[in-house]
Amino acid sequence: MPGERLDEQVMALRAAKEFQDGMIINLGVGIPTYCSNFVPPEREVLFHSENGVIGFGPIIDDPDVADNRMINAGGQPISKKPGMALMDHAESFCIIRGGHVDITVLGSLQVSEKGDLANYMIPGKQVGNLGGGQDLAFCSKKVIALMIHTTKEGGPKIVKECTEPITAPECVDQIITDIAVIEVTPEGLVLREVAPGWTAEEVQALTEARLIVPPDLQEMTLL
Amino acid sequence: MINKIVGSFDEAIADMVDGSTLLVGGFAGAGECPSYLIGAVARKGVKDLTFVGNVGGWGPNLMEVVRERMAVILTIPEDFYDPGMLVGRGQVKKGIVTYPAAPGRFFTPMEWGIMQGEIELELMGQGTLCERIRAGKGGIAAFYTPVGVGTVVAEGKEVREFNGRKYLLEHALRGDFSLIRAHKADRYGNLVYWGTMRTFNPVMAGASTVTVAEVDEVVELGELDPECVVTPGVYVDRVVVRPKEPKPWEEAM
Repeated sequence: MPGERLDEQVMALRAAKEFQDGMIINLGVGIPTYCSNFVPPEREVLFHSENGVIGFGPIIDDPDVADNRMINAGGQPISKKPGMALMDHAESFCIIRGGHVDITVLGSLQVSEKGDLANYMIPGKQVGNLGGGQDLAFCSKKVIALMIHTTKEGGPKIVKECTEPITAPECVDQIITDIAVIEVTPEGLVLREVAPGWTAEEVQALTEARLIVPPDLQEMTLL
Repeated sequence: MINKIVGSFDEAIADMVDGSTLLVGGFAGAGECPSYLIGAVARKGVKDLTFVGNVGGWGPNLMEVVRERMAVILTIPEDFYDPGMLVGRGQVKKGIVTYPAAPGRFFTPMEWGIMQGEIELELMGQGTLCERIRAGKGGIAAFYTPVGVGTVVAEGKEVREFNGRKYLLEHALRGDFSLIRAHKADRYGNLVYWGTMRTFNPVMAGASTVTVAEVDEVVELGELDPECVVTPGVYVDRVVVRPKEPKPWEEAM
């Protein structure tokens, strides 16, 4: 019997462990937005939002304080923070396309064993949204796919080949899920960490692509 | 004397005709959207428009759902008239956008139009869209971007390798009208913004035959610090001031 699956907040906490002091980070909508809550105080990272702001403070949850003219790319109101900078949209995408974003954390529908990312077309829909995700997936120094390991029906999302249309080919560096941390390498997918109580075999059973299990496989640590 | 201030939103777009290409600024929210200019285009009733912008918009029906869902963190003002209104009224024949669809089980007016075959879609990412517009305003015919190679946006486009990496050829994009939102203007058309209002608005200024800016306030020449002007007035043809209190879009103004 495998261990429990991690909840979304704990997944975000694990992804935030990747953020190093001084990094520029872009967080996609959904689970990735929670990562901003888990940056250790000794690390100073700057969050970039593609609508044209870098170095903003926490999301505001009080409509009486929120300003429609100060939002992130998810449409959430954000607070000002010393050192923050605003910019034109074209400048914001020079930051992205020019490779100045250190880590982007994106939700995903499927990731292939080569690191292809499929996340712009919701299954069952006929029209998809590329938004800012395509530029971020192509051009960030490191791309983390942060996602539930399987579909709602229990099917695999980490696959040999994406069956959903892809946002960007061979762009994902690391996959962080509710049961595992997987590194995308030229040799294939390497299982680096499993959630507490899970074995490599149990993770493989929920993964279509073959996982390489190294001798130094770790149990996920969160702090 | 140079004076770009015009008295009404209707006057600001009076020469818009059927078949025009509109570049409409903003991301998806009320704070960056030229709501009253959109209202004026709806009143004018011009058709067969090509709409260029980040999103295809919610439209009035879906806007109520968004308003309700967002209420816990953000109050959406009653005078937020978004591009979805133009799409829903059948005024748009083509969308050049990054975000035409609604998330989850909802459908935007543009999404319905595309599914019915009534609206043509040209989908691309935000970086490519804004760089195409920047090229259009700046006299660049086309450019190569690495973004999109090997995906749906690359269909039919030239791919060329530079320094071992593949790039897509993307062409400049210009409009007949840029409808943008800014915070303050002077009579030369110099503009400053507020917060994240710079989303698509400054890049669209000057990328059309006519650029109209909807602003919160007009100030005297000299009041805008030249060190802080974001959009120089040379890009702006007409400036209109938003009403102090929200007004229904149906009213001529």
